[in-house]
Amino acid sequence: MPSTRASGPSSRRRKRRRFDAAALLIAAHVLVLLAGPLAPYHPAAQHREAPWAPPTRIHFFDAGGGFHPRPFVYARTAVPGAADEYVEDRGRAFPIRFFVRGEPYALGPWTFERRLFGVEAPARIFLLGTDGLGRDQLARLLHGGRVSLFAGLLAAAVALSLGTLLGSLSGFYGGRVDALLMRMTELVMVLPWLYLLLAVRAFLPLELPPLRAFVLVVTVIGLIGWAPPARLFRGVALSAREREYVQAARGFGAGDRYLLVRHILPQVRTLALTQAAILAPRYILAEVTLSFLGLGIGEPVPSWGNLLAELQHYSVLASYWWMAAPAVALVGVFLLYQRVASGLAPDATIELH
Amino acid sequence: MLALLALALAACSRPGPEAPAAAAGTEPVVGRHGGRLVVALRSQPASLNPVAAVDNTSFTVLRRVHADLVHINRQTQRTEPALAESWSISEDGRRITVRLRRGLRFSDGEPFDADDVLFSYRVYLDESVGFPGRDLLVVGGEPLGLRKVDAHTVVFEMGQPYAVGERLFDSVAILPEHLLRGPYEEGRLPEVWGNAAEPSEIAGLGPFQLKEYVPAQRLVLERNPHYWKVDADGQRLPYLDEIAFLFVPSQDAQAIRFQSGETDVIDGLSAENYAVLERQAHSGRYRLFDLGPGLTYNFLFFNLNDLEGRRLESIERKQAWFSDLEFRRAVSEAVDREALASLAFKGRAEPLATHVSSGNKLWRNDAIAPPARSSDSARRRLAAAGFSWNAEGELLDADGRPVSFTIVTNSSNAQRVRMGTVIQEDLAGLGIDVGVVPIEFRAMLERVFRSFDYEACILGLSSGDVDPNSDMNVWLSGGSSHLWRIGGGPADAAEEEIDRLLREQLVELDPAVRKAKYNRVQEIIADTVPAIFLVSHDILVGAKVGLGNFRPAVLDHSTLWNADELFWEAPEPGAEGRATAAPR
Repeated sequence: MPSTRASGPSSRRRKRRRFDAAALLIAAHVLVLLAGPLAPYHPAAQHREAPWAPPTRIHFFDAGGGFHPRPFVYARTAVPGAADEYVEDRGRAFPIRFFVRGEPYALGPWTFERRLFGVEAPARIFLLGTDGLGRDQLARLLHGGRVSLFAGLLAAAVALSLGTLLGSLSGFYGGRVDALLMRMTELVMVLPWLYLLLAVRAFLPLELPPLRAFVLVVTVIGLIGWAPPARLFRGVALSAREREYVQAARGFGAGDRYLLVRHILPQVRTLALTQAAILAPRYILAEVTLSFLGLGIGEPVPSWGNLLAELQHYSVLASYWWMAAPAVALVGVFLLYQRVASGLAPDATIELH
Repeated sequence: MLALLALALAACSRPGPEAPAAAAGTEPVVGRHGGRLVVALRSQPASLNPVAAVDNTSFTVLRRVHADLVHINRQTQRTEPALAESWSISEDGRRITVRLRRGLRFSDGEPFDADDVLFSYRVYLDESVGFPGRDLLVVGGEPLGLRKVDAHTVVFEMGQPYAVGERLFDSVAILPEHLLRGPYEEGRLPEVWGNAAEPSEIAGLGPFQLKEYVPAQRLVLERNPHYWKVDADGQRLPYLDEIAFLFVPSQDAQAIRFQSGETDVIDGLSAENYAVLERQAHSGRYRLFDLGPGLTYNFLFFNLNDLEGRRLESIERKQAWFSDLEFRRAVSEAVDREALASLAFKGRAEPLATHVSSGNKLWRNDAIAPPARSSDSARRRLAAAGFSWNAEGELLDADGRPVSFTIVTNSSNAQRVRMGTVIQEDLAGLGIDVGVVPIEFRAMLERVFRSFDYEACILGLSSGDVDPNSDMNVWLSGGSSHLWRIGGGPADAAEEEIDRLLREQLVELDPAVRKAKYNRVQEIIADTVPAIFLVSHDILVGAKVGLGNFRPAVLDHSTLWNADELFWEAPEPGAEGRATAAPR
């Protein structure tokens, strides 16, 4: 990575790119926060008559060739004898309606019933198809994104706060504090974290309510993840400590606290931002890995990890392409984070893992 | 544990039902010699020693290498002569006289006679040897007595009449005394014939013998030149030159290998993989068979164990619900078994009322239908039993505590996890908060069998035979696989009656009376719901086109049970090349 400060038109382009990517990332987070109104169904609702249903086709032209300005869908029925084949019943068109009344969902402390779009029963609209229990894959993708994206973000926040604090202290004070803290980071870094997590999980009760499981996942990832950024920030604090203006401030009688807040922490701020852009996707992946292994959020609450776990099965991989949607979403989010990180990179020296 | 159950082959004094007809017909045809059959196994056999083997993969190999006195034909489910040419059972049912075939030889060329039979049973009955199937050879507390009449006649004696009859002998391998007497007398019999055994050290009376064993890679059997069976034209069996077993741990990988033509036969297919293979079947390279419901039953059971002194107070409190008959009936009625069959098994499964599926035509009590799904009736039962609902619709018990429990199942079995999720949704309709926790298989068995640290569990058990005896260890209140309440005597009058009926049928020689007793057992089970029986899935298998005499059956081993009769109808294209190349 370039370590010199860039300038000129290329820097502007990079800034814009960074801004675009950041805007898209924020949009993705807003989308998953609005999963309730955006998805036509509850993510755990089982439409048992429609397992493994492919995405619903949206029509503008009816069976007779007539054009409808309002898009519509047909109701589908399973082909008798085949567990996952469906035929459209072209007898009646069900127009897609907006702001329809549906199953209630919670948004913050409030409960709503209106959903962005939907169709009248018996037709169903599954824009991303259904899973093996007939659950709407779009609803699961959006709700799952909530868990996965925010677990990554929160875990990164925990890791960075700890890392910044301990790294700055270590670099600033040096000596015994430094030695102690750095040995601790080494200890944390050599731990095989996946096995550690397995062990931690084994001590906890079998079943954890979704919220507690979420908090647990975030805490554990954050607690294990603070060490690498702490080492990075230590180096920055170490060099900042020796700068002349810091020495001068100290000469004027500035206390430790003043020096830390006023001179050291601002130095690590940009670096922390870049680190966040690098760490968040890694922690998203950590959550996905945990849920994939069945150690994260449990059924029926979706997360991208447990959605992807379905793809372990050859039959799913071979037959139901729409089940790969979480993988596509995951790759998209990673690319955006990567873009943001590389946009931030010229502002500071960073190390990409 | 499943393997142990599979071991529990036992009695049936009448011929069994006809197995579903396979495409190849029910009578073997005359085949031709040559060729090699490649089959995938889930793991390598733990042992090649019939005395020590407990796992199904070991049995799959061992039953091709060794032979029994009397054999159950897996397709007709009747007994047929094997090493015994004929047998007779005395009037009082306490003595079986077995006449052995003459002139037989072990695969190493040594002759076989009554001494080998006497030696084998002496070994199996010797408690210090630790043969896992020994219990089946103990009748009414007394081990079988053996007496040699002459070099080709052996008399088996029992302390009480035994309804099992000659089915007792099925799958009990006859061992070569000339090879094993030494190790037995030195007390190291269970250690011989392990994974490091040389092919020359092992001999049997079955159609094949060990040719090569590369641990973690493959095991190859070759035809036993001394095998006694001949076909209708007098040709000596088996037809195949070799059977190669490859070790392929995952079901998916097995399906892929079969699809690509790398293996020739596949069994234990999941409905999902069956559907994938079915879509490709038009290539005409292989045929698939749905044999109908097998003898495996999937069920949900609650922890009814005595937890005194185990520090599991929260589970103990919940046992007040679990032991409530109306609570279990309500749960049973709330479960949508049709949905379980269609969502977890793509419709290739049948709803169950008891543990006996329609795959068992002879012993099933057809008067019992699976409970109709009715959440209204379930709610009425719960209300009558003192449960109530709060404003949020949560179910509360008589003390006002919300009703919730956790179902554990093994994460490696996608179907069971899916069944759990369906049941979770069904019971949410009753206001019961159910958690589904998939855990590692051995961790689950540890909880179910030893620590009792679970609330409810979904599991599948396989009966080894259609006969009621094969399920004795599950249904006797003191049985080793009486999963919901292990150890201890009968919990209530119903269990007491089941115990009594099962003990009576064991010594009952009149088939009609026996059947009536077993019908009553099923009635009690359907009525008192000790466990909630869910569905029994179909046995799904496949074979490459051109494999003659392929007659799959619901009993184990469903595809290789007649390995001695299997043959290639035409020389396989490229078979020569493949036979020399090492399997990948």
